[in-house]
Amino acid sequence: MNFRDTMLDEYKEILKTYINDQTEQALYMSQKFSKKSIEYKISPEEMISLHKTSIMEIEPDLPESLLLSLDILLEVMMSYGLAYREHQSLRTIQRELINEIEVAASMQQTLLGTQIPKIPSMDIGAISVPAKQMSGDYYHFVSHENGAISVAIADIIGKGIPAALCMSMIKYSMDSMPEDSQAPGDVLERLNRVVEQNVDPTMFITMFSGLYNPETHLFSYSSAGHEPGFFYHAETGEFEELQAKGLLLGVDKRAKYREYERKLKIGDIILLMSDGVTECRTEEGFLEVETLIGYIKKYIHLGAQDIADKVYKELEYLQDFQLRDDFTLIILKRTS
Amino acid sequence: MNISIDVQEQEQQTTIKISGEIDAYTAPKLRETAFPYTEKKETNLVIDLSEVSYMDSTGLGVFVGLFKSLNANDGTMKLVGLSDRLKRLFDITGLADIMNINSGSEGGV
Repeated sequence: MNFRDTMLDEYKEILKTYINDQTEQALYMSQKFSKKSIEYKISPEEMISLHKTSIMEIEPDLPESLLLSLDILLEVMMSYGLAYREHQSLRTIQRELINEIEVAASMQQTLLGTQIPKIPSMDIGAISVPAKQMSGDYYHFVSHENGAISVAIADIIGKGIPAALCMSMIKYSMDSMPEDSQAPGDVLERLNRVVEQNVDPTMFITMFSGLYNPETHLFSYSSAGHEPGFFYHAETGEFEELQAKGLLLGVDKRAKYREYERKLKIGDIILLMSDGVTECRTEEGFLEVETLIGYIKKYIHLGAQDIADKVYKELEYLQDFQLRDDFTLIILKRTS
Repeated sequence: MNISIDVQEQEQQTTIKISGEIDAYTAPKLRETAFPYTEKKETNLVIDLSEVSYMDSTGLGVFVGLFKSLNANDGTMKLVGLSDRLKRLFDITGLADIMNINSGSEGGV
């Protein structure tokens, strides 16, 4: 017995049962049958032909007009069959695309991976959580031969795959900067020229660039339109916004970036963040700076990585675990 | 997450009034609506943001794109009616220094 005959027998049985007793059981069986016929790729028009054959055998005396009407129904269902097959093939393509994006996202992670440097006088913590698969936020550390450390935090405006590609470009230009031009202002000026020349005109980058010298404990920094960070004075327990003026990268190739400087005493902390932190929206409106500082204060006694993790947890909870924007927070704490 | 965009073309200037939120979801619509005006020669574009309740960095990107396109075609752009929150966004990004911006308290147009 071939497959069509098996299906035909099964369908006939269901039909007969229902015509005789109208039981729930028959309805249930027909649902099961429908799943099976989808699984075996039986098209809607084939189903109607199956129905016609079955009913003619069960009730030989049906009026001719009813049987003829089934021919029309069959013709009409043919386009549905085509649409269904198209839908199936699109689903396969979609699955392939999702796989590709997953591969790209994990490649992004590998390509952009940055090591948090270990230096004696400073405890460093960082957390970066993307709102979607591909993050628009980026941070990067570079350890220099003279012991100094560069830190950069950036937000690529324009999300998704173009942003991810752009980020790789930034990373490689940063890594290939000469050792003698670590000054944050120079770093930004150089990157600005790279971005201005190469990137799609609707895509822009905000970046904060800093350099810490562990001998002098001076932290110099410049900003290209990036969300200002905070400076925590351990002595007074006060927070101060790290104001810095500078234009977004990629708008004007002549842009200059002013450099600012802060001296860190033991216990002082520098907090750098992306706008996903400050623009975090809650049910009651926007996150207030005071609320953010409150959370940081609550955990200020912990290690740098713990502060970053705990503050993230608090803000995640505040947003009901639905991040709307990428979230990045970096903590630099002078320990000795 | 809604946006409504109202364009009024006058002889001297084109005014675009935006209401709602400008974020990753609505920014493409704004870009598509506004961009064609920036590609005409010597357009004076006024963008009224007084009814904008939220804008994120994607929205900012749209304005930079419009600004660049206008500059390339000898046009001008003026942003009016910015709330304090919006003003801050333009201040932080350094755009307030290169764009013509009037915040809400200064009375708009």
